[in-house]
Amino acid sequence: MSDLRAAVGAGVFGADEAFRALLQATVETARAIFKAKASSVFLLDEATDELVFEAVAGEGADTLIGKRLPSDTGVAGWVLVTRQPLVVEDLTKDTRFARDAAESTGYVPRGLMAVPLLEEDRALGVLEVLDRPEQSAFTLAEMDLLGLFANQAAIALSLLQRARRAKAALDGEGELAAVAQFAARLEEADEDKREAGLALLRALGALLQ
Amino acid sequence: MTVLAHESDEELPAWSLPASAEEALRVHSPWPPEVSREWAWGGATGAGVRVCILDSGVELDHPLVGEVQRSVAVTKSEDGIVIADDDAGDLCGHGTACAGIVRMLAPECELTSVRVLGAGYTGSAAVLMAGLEWAIEQRFDIINMSLSTTKKQYVDRLHELADAAYFKRTMLVASAHNMPVDSFPWRFASVISVGSHESTDPYLVYANPSPPVEFFARGLMVEVAWLGGETITATGNSFATPHVAGICALILSKHPHLTPFQLKSALHLAAGNVEA
Repeated sequence: MSDLRAAVGAGVFGADEAFRALLQATVETARAIFKAKASSVFLLDEATDELVFEAVAGEGADTLIGKRLPSDTGVAGWVLVTRQPLVVEDLTKDTRFARDAAESTGYVPRGLMAVPLLEEDRALGVLEVLDRPEQSAFTLAEMDLLGLFANQAAIALSLLQRARRAKAALDGEGELAAVAQFAARLEEADEDKREAGLALLRALGALLQ
Repeated sequence: MTVLAHESDEELPAWSLPASAEEALRVHSPWPPEVSREWAWGGATGAGVRVCILDSGVELDHPLVGEVQRSVAVTKSEDGIVIADDDAGDLCGHGTACAGIVRMLAPECELTSVRVLGAGYTGSAAVLMAGLEWAIEQRFDIINMSLSTTKKQYVDRLHELADAAYFKRTMLVASAHNMPVDSFPWRFASVISVGSHESTDPYLVYANPSPPVEFFARGLMVEVAWLGGETITATGNSFATPHVAGICALILSKHPHLTPFQLKSALHLAAGNVEA
């Protein structure tokens, strides 16, 4: 999709905040569905090859946003690279995992569910649900539910990525940025100037046809 | 490195069969009237069967894994893909879990680890392809692939590799996806694809009459080997897959003449839901 179409489709200004809110609602819902202590979404930053905490509900909600991890190590990295969902319990026994988690997030989960966020052939990130109720047995139906839910989270993450790409294009130095600046000035101008500006635009449109 | 289906050991491909060659083509294939679990793998240990774990690496000296014959890592450098012996172990724990499951089912099989994790996300698909290609060249009997790719540019090559393995008597056992996306290689007919069932019997396999997922094996709340010599409880198709790989190792150790086509048939006939 072109940046212009993405910009128009995303509504551009303010869209980042709206999609962040959607993503936050997604992790809050994931946490509630699975009665878990926390849930988070990692976004893959392809430029640096890292996973970034993009939304967190529950434990770590105040501190984790923006923290980065290597894209291919640990459970989240394995899930991203292999595209396979995974549920693991008793992780506290894994001393390396516990140490890394304690250092990077300050919270060591006993168990976690991790599922890749996929859009067609791209992996966008990972959804994690931490510490389901200890006494409840896990079922494959929950695994399927996790997969379905991840599909929805992937759409939210994709919208956020598009909005950011569009905003970056509009904030930059290119043609699209010049058009956006012109549109912003037109919007701020008084009625006479706006009419004159629109007439000029119509003339420009005719010239370019 | 090129592995193509037509590159067999024979000088000429068998494009047709002249009448004079019929006798030379006779194949001894002793199947019983009914294939049971007992016939398929009763008393087998996996001895003589070479299993490759294509994953995050395998922890050395884990008590539930035992001896790992060889560990290699596939990495990406400025000069391209590098495949070299490796002592970094496991970057996640998952490869160790798979190796432990295969070892539990087939205690005397030979295990090799091919680590395809560690090249970052961006290098992961190329590394996976190179690792699989190397493993097929090594002519393992079974390659456990608890992983998949969604990248469409690799599908043709992956398909070619899966077919090459099939004709070279290497059985690819691959995890199916339980998410609404297209991923590979588990969808190919030349591999054994595996999803999970909820039973606790590690030897119980169900044949799915409605593929593309062809078999179901134990994948729920499985106690698996993990980092630091530990065990954890885990769920996912990626743990069902090494159960089938282990059972295939048992079958092949008892019936080493079986081709991947026959191995898949034996697995089907010995499945818990298939009646004579």
